[in-house]
Amino acid sequence: MSGAGQSVAASGPGAAVDRSIAVAFEKTRAEGRALLIGCMPAGFPSVEGSIAAMTAMVSAGVDVIEVEIPYSDPVMDGPVIQRASDIALAGGVRTADALRIIEAVAATGAPVVTMTYWNPIERYGVDAFARDLAAAGGTGLITPDLIPEEAGEWLAASDAYGLDRTFLVAPSSTDERLAMTVGHCRGFVYATALMGVTGARESTSDAAPTLVSRVRAVTGLPVGVGLGVGNGAQAVEVGGYADGVIVGSALVRCLLDKPDEATGLTALRALSAELAEGVRTVAR
Amino acid sequence: MSAPTVPASGTSSPDGAGHYGRYGGRFVPEALVAALDELDLAYRTALTDESFQAEFGAMLREYANVPSLLYRAERLSAEIGARILLKREDLNHTGAHKIRNVLGQALLTKRMGKPRVIAETGAGQHGVATATAAAYLDLECVVYMGEVDTQRQALNVARMRMLGATVVPVTSGSRTLKDAMNEAMRDWVANVDRTHYIIGSTAGPHPFPAMVRDFVRGIGVEARQQCLDLRGALPDAVAACVGGGSNALGIFHAFVGDDDVRLYGFEAGGDGVETGRHAASITGGSSGVLHGARTYVLQDSDGQTLESHSISAGLDYPGVGPEHAWLHDIGRARYAPVTDAEAMNAFQLLCRTEGIIPAIESSHALAGTIKIIPALTAELGREPTIVVNLSGRGDKDVHTAGEYFGILDGEQA
Ligand SMILES: Cc1ncc(COP(=O)(O)O)c(C=O)c1O
Repeated sequence: MSGAGQSVAASGPGAAVDRSIAVAFEKTRAEGRALLIGCMPAGFPSVEGSIAAMTAMVSAGVDVIEVEIPYSDPVMDGPVIQRASDIALAGGVRTADALRIIEAVAATGAPVVTMTYWNPIERYGVDAFARDLAAAGGTGLITPDLIPEEAGEWLAASDAYGLDRTFLVAPSSTDERLAMTVGHCRGFVYATALMGVTGARESTSDAAPTLVSRVRAVTGLPVGVGLGVGNGAQAVEVGGYADGVIVGSALVRCLLDKPDEATGLTALRALSAELAEGVRTVAR
Repeated sequence: MSAPTVPASGTSSPDGAGHYGRYGGRFVPEALVAALDELDLAYRTALTDESFQAEFGAMLREYANVPSLLYRAERLSAEIGARILLKREDLNHTGAHKIRNVLGQALLTKRMGKPRVIAETGAGQHGVATATAAAYLDLECVVYMGEVDTQRQALNVARMRMLGATVVPVTSGSRTLKDAMNEAMRDWVANVDRTHYIIGSTAGPHPFPAMVRDFVRGIGVEARQQCLDLRGALPDAVAACVGGGSNALGIFHAFVGDDDVRLYGFEAGGDGVETGRHAASITGGSSGVLHGARTYVLQDSDGQTLESHSISAGLDYPGVGPEHAWLHDIGRARYAPVTDAEAMNAFQLLCRTEGIIPAIESSHALAGTIKIIPALTAELGREPTIVVNLSGRGDKDVHTAGEYFGILDGEQA
């Protein structure tokens, strides 16, 4: 139950090192570049369509796919991902479909991380979900509305099945909370670049570099920066100080605004390639 | 995690992290935690700060018409076979118990030095109350309202605008109250340094459920004393309707330590819980996480929130405050659904017997009360005395009720 979280060690005995996303970060670190994480809601625009989209992202150079399980009340998401989630849910996507999508994308060889609000997991059963996620080949969970204090069951289940757990840190996190939160992460830490929700923005946040160095001061884990990154130039910029560049809304919009799936996929490939080039252009 | 305690004084409290048993807590983006901590500190300081309490008390008395009356509804009592005492929250400024919460939070906003408040609203009652408090205390005010509701409640949208608030129609999800709450949360994450989010009920992440309850618990404190003064004894039962749960906790809380006083919460049963078209989260839902807390939620088997249905906009919400979930599980309060039809019968009965047009929300409390009288009378072996929270007045519902009864000119069959 909640509260128990504080006493659980950051890297449990069950941590399967080969499954962890840390491996992918080591590889891009060795290449002297940032890692690119691209996000797409499961089941958007359809189950098959989302597999096609995520596969296209991988072949265009996205290193890691973040599969967001659609949720009816996504408080951390801006209008673009909200709309895509609504479309996925209206299409009838289920948690079991999301697991199937994760399995299909993991089969391409790209590491898959799952992003999910907490209620679908609580409803599925935390232990059962961890078991099925591991079996599908997922690396772990990003939990936007779960803080370590409430995460007792997830800490235990992620240890049991050797899954990564990525909690968020924010510019408003106190030093004490930041250290506590990072201490419960495994795989990588998600730094929310600004105070706000997902959605591409014209300029990247100046709060992000400070936040990344605050995280670095307390951990050796890689740090990914998300919220607001939408183009190659921004990927270059964020990749200059973060280990991972996380892009969601801009990619999703490629599929939302287009008249048909083929046009959407073309736009998605082009943006993915632009972002992939961005993280490789980084001068560090 | 230790279970909250219920001392005889009637003050039940969550643990330090806002848990009522397994309910409550904080299921929020990390970005909000600092603001929730700041709020928690400000609220706990205010609880024991004499100057805050004096100012809050003066605002309630001089501006909001509080304490409200406890009224012996004699014709109604004769009609339904129990001594009914109505707690007249309908006579408060802006027409409902909601003004107590809003004035408390708006004053706290001032204390925290924030110039802006935001709120979610369904029917518009909480939005109107927030816009009122913002005008009164000179705060900038933005109210989020589902697009569907802005159309259903156009008059309240106009009221809020008259009071100087900006009303933002929300077009995401089901375009109703729950989506308005999501949008308010998103605004709050982005503007938290200069904004306070005035949540309209005993729901949301800690400290909101405890804080809102503390701002409205005067309802029960007053009613308890008024009943003692009137009858020389405590009531046999206290009844209220339950949406998010603020008017119910407001009147229950002072009685929680009185073991002989039964507490009844009536949820919106819509077309009937068995039809699936209802808003009865406790009787017809299951444990889950919604809007920052673990509580009872209307959800499907994947944990997606289901749409709620009720003739009463103020009860039309797919969750409930975590303290109610806990009071239900420990058996201290009993919860039951009341259908639209039952509520509207009670609405009409109160109009005709007492000359009081109640809010449709409050009519659920009255209808539920009527249903429990036979069993309670049998249990006690005498006529029961029941305090019913008349949480609001029905002015806002005249159109809905007029349509329901087919008495609007030009709309008659
Ligand atoms: C008159 C009245 N009663 C009750 C409610 C339900 O809210 P709660 O359960 O928080 O008291 C509302 C909400 O708008 C209301 O306007």
